[in-house]
Amino acid sequence: MNKRGSILRRLMLQLVGAAAVLAAILFVLFQSFARQLAIEAQDNTLFASASAILESVSVQQGEVNVDIPYAALSMLGNVSDDRVFYRIGMGAVPLTGYDDLPGKPGADAVSWTDQYRGDDLRMVQVSRALSVAGTLRDVTVVVGQTQGGLAQKLAQISRMAIFIGAIYFVVASLFAYWTARSTVRPLNAVAEAVARRGPLDLRPVTKPVPSEMAPLMVALNAFISRLDRSLTRSEDFIVEAAHRVRTPLATVRAQAEVTLRRVDRQENRNALKQMIRAVDESSRAAGQLLDHAMVAFRTDHLDQQALDLGAIAAEVVERQTPVAALKDITFDVDITAGGGFNGDAILIQNAVTNLIDNAVKYSPQETTITVSVKGNSLKICDQGPGFPAADIDTLTDRFARGTNVGNTVGSGLGLTIAHEVALAHNGALTLSQNPKGTGACVTLSLPS
Amino acid sequence: MRHFIFAILMWMPVAVFAFEIESEALFEAENETARLRIISSTDEAVFAPIIAQFQSLNPSISVYYVVASSAEISKAISQENEAFDIAISSAMDLQTKLANDGFALQHISAATALVPAWGNWRNSVFTFSQEPATFVLSNAAFEGLEMPRTRQDLISLLRAQPDRFDGKIGTYDVRTSGLGYLFATQDSRTSETFWRLTELMGSLGAKLYCCSSQMIEDVSTGKIAIAYNVLGSYAAARTDLADAVTIVAPQDYTAMMLRTAVILKTATAPDVAGLFVDHLLRGAWGAPPAKEVAEYTRPIPLGPGLLVFLDRLKRRQFLAEWTNAIEQ
Amino acid sequence: MRLLLVEDNARLAAAISDMLVLDGHAVDHAGDLATARDFVDTADYDLILLDIMLPDGDGRVFLQGLRKRALDVPVIVLTARSEVSDRVGVLDLGADDYLVKPFDFSELEARVRAVLRRRGGARSNVQRIGDIAFDRLAGTLEVADERIDLRNRELRLFEVFAANPNMIFSKTKLVDRLFSADEDVSENAIEVYVGRLRKHLTGSAVTITTVRGVGYRLSIL
Repeated sequence: MNKRGSILRRLMLQLVGAAAVLAAILFVLFQSFARQLAIEAQDNTLFASASAILESVSVQQGEVNVDIPYAALSMLGNVSDDRVFYRIGMGAVPLTGYDDLPGKPGADAVSWTDQYRGDDLRMVQVSRALSVAGTLRDVTVVVGQTQGGLAQKLAQISRMAIFIGAIYFVVASLFAYWTARSTVRPLNAVAEAVARRGPLDLRPVTKPVPSEMAPLMVALNAFISRLDRSLTRSEDFIVEAAHRVRTPLATVRAQAEVTLRRVDRQENRNALKQMIRAVDESSRAAGQLLDHAMVAFRTDHLDQQALDLGAIAAEVVERQTPVAALKDITFDVDITAGGGFNGDAILIQNAVTNLIDNAVKYSPQETTITVSVKGNSLKICDQGPGFPAADIDTLTDRFARGTNVGNTVGSGLGLTIAHEVALAHNGALTLSQNPKGTGACVTLSLPS
Repeated sequence: MRHFIFAILMWMPVAVFAFEIESEALFEAENETARLRIISSTDEAVFAPIIAQFQSLNPSISVYYVVASSAEISKAISQENEAFDIAISSAMDLQTKLANDGFALQHISAATALVPAWGNWRNSVFTFSQEPATFVLSNAAFEGLEMPRTRQDLISLLRAQPDRFDGKIGTYDVRTSGLGYLFATQDSRTSETFWRLTELMGSLGAKLYCCSSQMIEDVSTGKIAIAYNVLGSYAAARTDLADAVTIVAPQDYTAMMLRTAVILKTATAPDVAGLFVDHLLRGAWGAPPAKEVAEYTRPIPLGPGLLVFLDRLKRRQFLAEWTNAIEQ
Repeated sequence: MRLLLVEDNARLAAAISDMLVLDGHAVDHAGDLATARDFVDTADYDLILLDIMLPDGDGRVFLQGLRKRALDVPVIVLTARSEVSDRVGVLDLGADDYLVKPFDFSELEARVRAVLRRRGGARSNVQRIGDIAFDRLAGTLEVADERIDLRNRELRLFEVFAANPNMIFSKTKLVDRLFSADEDVSENAIEVYVGRLRKHLTGSAVTITTVRGVGYRLSIL
C-alpha cells in the first residue's frame, strides 16, 4: 500500500503549530502589556509619594519648609522592599534629602530611569512654583526607587505569561487533536462501511459524507458501477459462450442419437457412436472449463454462509439417482447429523456434484456407491477400477486422468475443481483406495 | 568550651578609631581562621553569652566586639567607612538608613526565613529583639493612687493632680537621645495624645534625660514619679528595683523598638558574618515565644518610612516644635 | 404421454421429438413462448420440456406464469447454463427437474420417467398383458397380484416389449433402447438381460420368445 503522509498527522501538526504560534503571540502580548502596567504602577506610586511631599512644602516667615508626610515614604515601603531616595530642592539650591540625587531641571511630572550610587533607579520629578519672599521660585521634588520590586513583579508576570501561554497551547492542542480526529472520522467511516460489505455487494455507497468528500464518493460509486457492469458483462459473456457452444453440440448429439436408432450397419453405428462420444467430450470439457473459471472467480470473494454438508450431499444424490439408475447403480447413503461450516454454497455444491458425477461415471453396472457424511467430512466410494497407486498424487493436477480410465469420457477437471474448492475453504481433498475390495474413495473434508 | 582559651576583657587596642567608642573586647579563638568584627550599641555584658555560645559552635572564629552609641555607629559606617562585618543597634531608623544607602549586604538563609515579614527589611536588616516603650512608675509615689494604663489615663492624671506631679516627670531629651527621638516621633504620628502630653509634661517642668539607666534609677529613688516612653527592657533588667518600680506597657498601644543586626558591605568575611547573624536569629526566633504578645503592642515598622524623621528639615521642624512644647 | 416441447432450435427440436415419439409419446412443438402459451391454453399436457433462451423471452418467465395460474403441469427445463445458481433458481421457480444441453437421451427418458412417476396423477396407467399388470409410471410388474421386483434395465426392457407386444426387436434396437450412446456394449449383454427377464416371467402367461436371426418378441401364452 502506497502511503503518502497522513491527513490526521498533517492536520495535527498544522493545528498544533498554529496553536504554538498563537501561544507565543499571546505570551508576548500579555508580557508586554503586563510589564507596561507594572511599570506604570510603580511610576504612579512614586508620583503619589512625590506629590505628597510637594504638597507639604510651605513658606513660613520667608523661609521654605518641608514637612515630609510619613506616608509619603512609608507607602513606598508598603509596596515593595526597594531602597528609596529623595531630593527636595528650590531651583539649584538643595533643601533636603539626598542632595546628589539626579533630576531633570525644569521638568514637572516626568519619570525616567537613572543611575545613582551604582544602581538603576526609577525616578519621578514633580515641581511647583512658590512665592518666596516676593519672588516666584520653582520647588522640585525628586523621588527615586530601586527596581528590585519591579523586577520581581516582572518575573512573576513572565511566569504567568508562560503559564497562560502553556495552558492555551495545551488546550488548543487538545482541541486540535479532537478536531483533526473528528474531521478524519467520515473517511474512516466510509472505509469501514465499504470494507464490511460482502464480496458480491456492488451497490453504490450511500453513506452521508461532508461536501469535500462528495467528488471522491461520486468517483467511488462510478468505479463500483463500472466494476459491476464489467462483472455482469463477464457473467453474461460466460453464459453467452456456454449457450453458443452447447446449443450446436446439443443439436449434433440429438441428431446423431436419432440416426443411431435408425441405423443397423455396424460400421455406421460405430461412426455415429464415436461422433456422440466426441460431442460428449467437448461439452463436458466446456462445462468443466466454465465451472473451473467460476470456481477461480469465486474463491477470491468467498460468500460465507452456514452450510450443512450432509444436506448438500443428500440433494446431489437425489438428483443423480435417475442417471445412476440407468446403469443400475445404487447409492448407499449414510449421513450423520452434526457438523456445519461456513462456506460458499455454490462452490460446495459444485464440488460435491463433480465428485458424485465422477463416481457414477466410473462405476460399472450394478454396483453401489457409498456416500457417507460425518460432521464436515464427505466420503464417496465407488466399486470401479480404483486409483492406481502411482496416480494418486497427480490426479488432482489439472487435466490429469488416471491410467486406468480407459474409454470413459472425462476431461479430467472434476477432481481438480473439487480440490480447488476444498483448498479455498482451508479444507482438503484426499484420494484413497476403497477399503472394501476394489474401487476408489474420495474424501472432502472441510474445517468447521 | 574548655577546648580553647579565650581572653575576655583583654584590652587590646586593635585600631585607632575616628569615632567615639565606649568599649571594645576581643573574644579570641584558638587556631583562629577568621575574625568577626562587630560594632554594636548593646553592652558587651549582654552579648557575651551569645558570643560564647557562637564560639562553642564555631571554635575557630574570633569575635572583636566594639560598643558605641547608635549615632556614632551610623557615622562610623556611612561617613568614615570603618571596616566592620556586622552592625548591631537599637536605632532601627539609622540601621534602615544604612541599608537604604547601600552599606548593607543581603543575607538569606534558613535562619532568616524564621524572621517574620515585619522584622526583615530587604533581607538586610533583621530584628532579633523587640523592646517596648513603657511608663515606669514609682510604687512609692503612686501609693493610694491608681496607676495610669493608657496615655489618656496619664493625661487625665496629670491634669487632675498637677501639684503632685510637678517636676516629677521624666522623659528622654529627644535632641540628644536617638532612642528618645525614635519613640517620640513614632508616638507623634501614631496617636493624637502625643503633643498634648508633651505640652502637659512641659508645663509640669518635666526633667529630660539622656539615658534610660539614669531615668530608671531616679524613679526607683522616687526622685521622679513617672518616666515616660522609657525602654521597658532596661527597666525589667533591673531586677533589684522590682519592688520599687512598676513597668506599665500602655494599653492604648505600646510601641516596640526593634533591635536589629545588619551585615555590612565592608565585611571581609560575609559568610562568617552570616553564620553569626543566623545564630542570633535562631536564638531569637528558633523557638516559639515564651509568652503571648499582647495585641496592643505595635512593632515600629521597618522601611523607608523611617527615613522621614531622619530628614534634616523634618527633624529641625520636629525638634523646634518639641522644644517649644517641653520647655515652658 | 402427451408432451409439449418448447425449443427454438428447429433441428434440435426435431431430433428430440423423434426420440420421444419412438418412445411412444405424443409430442407438440412450440418454437417460441407465444405459441407455447397458445398450446397450453388449448390442450392438457402430461409434461412440458422447456428451453430457457427463447427468441421472444426467458423460459423462466413462462414457467412463473404457469405456476401463477395454478397450472400444475410437470416441467423439465432444458438449459445451456450449468451454473448451480441457475439450476437451483429454476427449481425454485417451480420446475420439476432440469437437463443441461447437450444431454444424453437415456438421461432425458430417465428424468421424464422419474418426474411423471413422482407426479403420479389421477390417470391410471396400468397396462394388462396376459396375466401381468404393468404400471408404466410406477414401474411395477404384478403377476397374479404378486409383485415382481425387477432391476431398472430389466424393467425398461419389458417396457419396450410391452409398448409393442407383437413387434420383433433386433438386438441392436434393444441395445439402443437400453444403453446410452456412450456405453460400449456388445449384443451379448442383451442376451443376459433377456435371460433375466425370462426368469422373472416364469410362472406367468407372458414370455419373451427368440426369433432366430431376427431378434426377440413378447408372446402371450
